[in-house]
Amino acid sequence: MIALLHSRIRVEERLLAEELAKRNIPHELLDVRELVFDLSDPAPWLKYTAVFERCISQTQAVAAVRCFEAFGVPCVNPSGVIDLCGDKLATTAALARAGVPQPRTRIALDEGSALRAVEENGYPAVLKPAVGSWGRLLARVNDRDAAEAIIEHKGTLGGVQHSVFYVQEYVDKPQRDLRVFMVGLEPICGIVRDSEHWITNTARGGKASKLEVTPEIGAMCRDAAAAATECVGGGGAVLAIDLLEDPERGYLVSEINHTMEFRNSIAPTGVDIPARMVEWVVAKASRAGQRAEKVLGTTR
Amino acid sequence: MNGSMTNSAVQTCECTECAAAVSFAREPLRGEVVRCGECGAELEVTDTGPITVALAPEVQEDWGE
Repeated sequence: MIALLHSRIRVEERLLAEELAKRNIPHELLDVRELVFDLSDPAPWLKYTAVFERCISQTQAVAAVRCFEAFGVPCVNPSGVIDLCGDKLATTAALARAGVPQPRTRIALDEGSALRAVEENGYPAVLKPAVGSWGRLLARVNDRDAAEAIIEHKGTLGGVQHSVFYVQEYVDKPQRDLRVFMVGLEPICGIVRDSEHWITNTARGGKASKLEVTPEIGAMCRDAAAAATECVGGGGAVLAIDLLEDPERGYLVSEINHTMEFRNSIAPTGVDIPARMVEWVVAKASRAGQRAEKVLGTTR
Repeated sequence: MNGSMTNSAVQTCECTECAAAVSFAREPLRGEVVRCGECGAELEVTDTGPITVALAPEVQEDWGE
């Protein structure tokens, strides 16, 4: 049985549940907010052959997945991948190690050095929270006055996680960015998100149209997915990779999303994204079951 | 707030904020979020037999994809 781990049920979770039902795959919807894990008692959880993590809260997702992993239940995506993709610093470091092109990024851990980082970058610069999504709390900093104000506000008003100052170059992209949906190491489809605003998330009003995933784009996304999953042995995962187009350098990986939203991408791409995701989860459950049989010398 | 079956296709419940009727064209899942057409409040389905809703939690800093 597959567990669909959720909190708020978005359109995406509904589509995934419907896909599981359509395929007659035994599954159960688990609300992460209602679960209690006794880490010394895995028994209640061993009926699940895989967990399909779809929590809206990254914190809840990582915590729950860690518990399931402690019980030996495979999870999509694994906690290491959620951790890495959910933290822009970790993502940037992994991509840098792998030589994947991305915007130049500086990290500072104090308000004073953060200002220096912004000045070294030059203006405009982009400040992002290390943890955050949906285009929230992004700031394009156009001059020193703005830099001083934003850095002070983050230092004073932000929590501990805002004490990591993530300073990135502003990429003078066309009024759009690209998103490629990955299942494993395969780019299954992509969209272009057009927006007059420099923040192009569809959550912020960006409009989606089909992207032709060229060999160049596909190769870069495969490299990015491999980098993001190296911590769990590679092989890719179910990810959405965002790309920017730099007029001189070409494609740059902007971020990697671990619990991808896709409701606005099925129609323009013509790809049954939930079906492909479910196939990956089922395959993962099947592989884990086969491994268990080998170890135990039993059949389920 | 209790939900009701007005007919076999449409289920309703009462908005916890403004008491307006909130309709569901299909059987909702626990955890689904709907917006009240009257006051705009985001409501999360807390039960389905009958349908009950509560004000949905506000977006947190770690929410997203």
